[in-house]
Amino acid sequence: MEKQISNFIRALRSADVRVSTGEALDAARTVAMIGYDDRGLMKDSLACVLAKSESEKLIHDRLFELYFSSTPAGSAAQSAGAENDGEPGEDPKDAAERLSQLTQQGNEQALATAIERAAEQAGLNDIRFSTQVAYFAQSMVRAMGGEQLQAQLLEALQGRTPDADAEAQRLIDVRRTLTMTARARAERAFEIFGAAETERFRDDVAATKRLLAIEASDMARMKQLVTKIARRLAVKHSRRRKRTQRGLLDVRRTMRANAGVDGVPFNVIWRQKKKDRPKIIVICDVSGSVAAYMRFLLLLLFSMKEAIPDLSAFAFSYRLKCVDDILENNPFDAAIKEILREMGLGSTSYGQAFSDFKLEHENKIDRRTTIIIMGDGRSNYGDPRLDLFRDFAGRAKRIIWLNPEGRALWGTGDSVIPRYEPFCAQMSHVATLKDLEKAVDEVLTAYS
Amino acid sequence: MAKDKKTGYEPMTSIEAITAGLDTVGYISISQISTAVFLAHGLRKPILIEGPAGVGKTDLAASLSKWLNLPLIRLQCYEGLDEGKALYEWKYGKQLLYTQILKEKLNELLGGAETLKDSLSKLSGFEDLFFSPQFLEARPLLHAMQQSKGSVLLIDEIDKSDEAFEAFLLEVLSDYQVTVPEIGTIKANVPPLVILTSNNVRELGDALKRRCLHLHIGFPDHEREQRIVRARVDGISATLLNQLVRFVQSVRETDIRKRPSIAETVDWARTLLLLHASTLDEAFVRDTLNVLLKHESDIAAVSPAIGKMVRQATGPDERGRLSSGYPDMG
Repeated sequence: MEKQISNFIRALRSADVRVSTGEALDAARTVAMIGYDDRGLMKDSLACVLAKSESEKLIHDRLFELYFSSTPAGSAAQSAGAENDGEPGEDPKDAAERLSQLTQQGNEQALATAIERAAEQAGLNDIRFSTQVAYFAQSMVRAMGGEQLQAQLLEALQGRTPDADAEAQRLIDVRRTLTMTARARAERAFEIFGAAETERFRDDVAATKRLLAIEASDMARMKQLVTKIARRLAVKHSRRRKRTQRGLLDVRRTMRANAGVDGVPFNVIWRQKKKDRPKIIVICDVSGSVAAYMRFLLLLLFSMKEAIPDLSAFAFSYRLKCVDDILENNPFDAAIKEILREMGLGSTSYGQAFSDFKLEHENKIDRRTTIIIMGDGRSNYGDPRLDLFRDFAGRAKRIIWLNPEGRALWGTGDSVIPRYEPFCAQMSHVATLKDLEKAVDEVLTAYS
Repeated sequence: MAKDKKTGYEPMTSIEAITAGLDTVGYISISQISTAVFLAHGLRKPILIEGPAGVGKTDLAASLSKWLNLPLIRLQCYEGLDEGKALYEWKYGKQLLYTQILKEKLNELLGGAETLKDSLSKLSGFEDLFFSPQFLEARPLLHAMQQSKGSVLLIDEIDKSDEAFEAFLLEVLSDYQVTVPEIGTIKANVPPLVILTSNNVRELGDALKRRCLHLHIGFPDHEREQRIVRARVDGISATLLNQLVRFVQSVRETDIRKRPSIAETVDWARTLLLLHASTLDEAFVRDTLNVLLKHESDIAAVSPAIGKMVRQATGPDERGRLSSGYPDMG
């Protein structure tokens, strides 16, 4: 039983439920205390000990149903070693007979036990990918004595008598039943141990894929991934922003706190310095190739409302416009379409965009604002308006420039990136979701 | 478990006993809740309860203390809560006062001493006098450790406290002991039954979660909510009870900012009882909806559908139950 529990915990871990060693020990103690007879009770108890949030509870309940569904708990352990099936020395005839016995009606329990044992021998719990299902199913059949069955079958096929034919047909049926059962078991193991792993593998691939190359079919996954990243960053950065127990003495509050003891300063109170809440202004170039990146940047930032209470977004190609309203009042995809439709026309002009920003929104920049600019800095040879840009840089906390173009291309053709660079606290190449996460993380770290 | 010691936890022999015991003090439990309490007692671990506001998180602690007849010691968390307010504090004022009063006595005692060294050695005999349990002001955590028969320690809204305090709690909760440098370590003879509640204002640290059992209490299903309201509101008729709970359950299914919880249902039931309503009707509901819904926008969102919802709630019982398919959220 302990093995079952520890395997179950492994399955939980592979599905992203964080179970510590201490919690695993608690689970063992819990099971020892309540016993395994009452399945519902065991489910409630393990959920209590192992899953520590609402989403983890959902995962736990799903896996519990899968994992503790087939065999009655403990039966595999009890019967292990009871029979010496599938050993190489066994006579093919005996083996075939034993297996055909198993597949007959009424022997479901025995078959399930044999399958469990074979699963253990084949190391089924190590399954990771759905492509391994067939391989593991075969290994399981072999572990149960499939080779002997095969030998017996070949012999029967060579017999060429009606009796031998019937025997061959019977053995083929036995083999099919065994294979099907093993396969079903392997698929279930994949659901328990492998599915989450595969998902994570796919997520990793998606996170390091160039955003420009994301296909429509991957969109749903990317969105989920962005939500996940947003959550991670939000948890990291929405912590309390206060520093205590250091700095200057707060004389007024110290005197008041100690008035009861004749003003003798027993309790010393320090001035607390509250940290700034992040305030972010995003300015996105929505022309051509940059549009794909804008989409993910906005999705990420707007999924983090709790960590960034003060966020506004602007989009431009020729003229610049605030897009907060569009984003707030429409579902995200529709909002992006709307922005592209409204602003995606005209030749890009960074100079024009900055002067629009200066005219209408300059008062939004204060000393705690980080300006994130997403664009390739290709301004069609127009005036880059460096004077305005320098002015923004002076007023804002920092300017971060995210460039979807590789560094080698900066400054070629009509790119004016190198001229903006001196005023930016940071200018980086952003190609994948990982890069985006890193950039946003850095922006927020400056506030903590 | 120390079986020989006489503790206040003896009635908690099984999960059924806990459910039945809580029932006697008017707390309608479900298997998850009773299991968590049973494990908390068996494994000596705190329970961390999460869930929407007003579903009976705090009430569980109160009911447990009432049932087991143990003191309920409550620590309300807030931003800036520190050790001095949660654990212990020296009674500075009393110490000062006593030194003043005892000044003459001290002079007398030290009078015989010839040298500074003499008086110091004499004085060192009294030093502990002022840093003794007599001058120790026990705050909730220490107070809970000192109970001889055990206690129910409720640490309410832990998510409102600072992270530093959360880290400090770890030590207290894993060893059930408190160290006072001047006196030594005070260990609980009978560890308290600890219940922490959180409304998810912020994500709690993993370290704290690891040390606790985790219980999520959601909204109750139709049947349990009826039982709760009946236990809390005296003299409510079965018809009204059934209709009102069905109405509340359907309100919860709509998309609103703050879904009404059990506390609101109970308040609403009391309101309707005061108004002598015998069945639910649309006018009554409209007039008293502000008891159930706490946001202007929520009231506006529900208002247009009130007529339909009331008709559904007062309609034939079986059909209503089957067609709206109340989800089992308990």
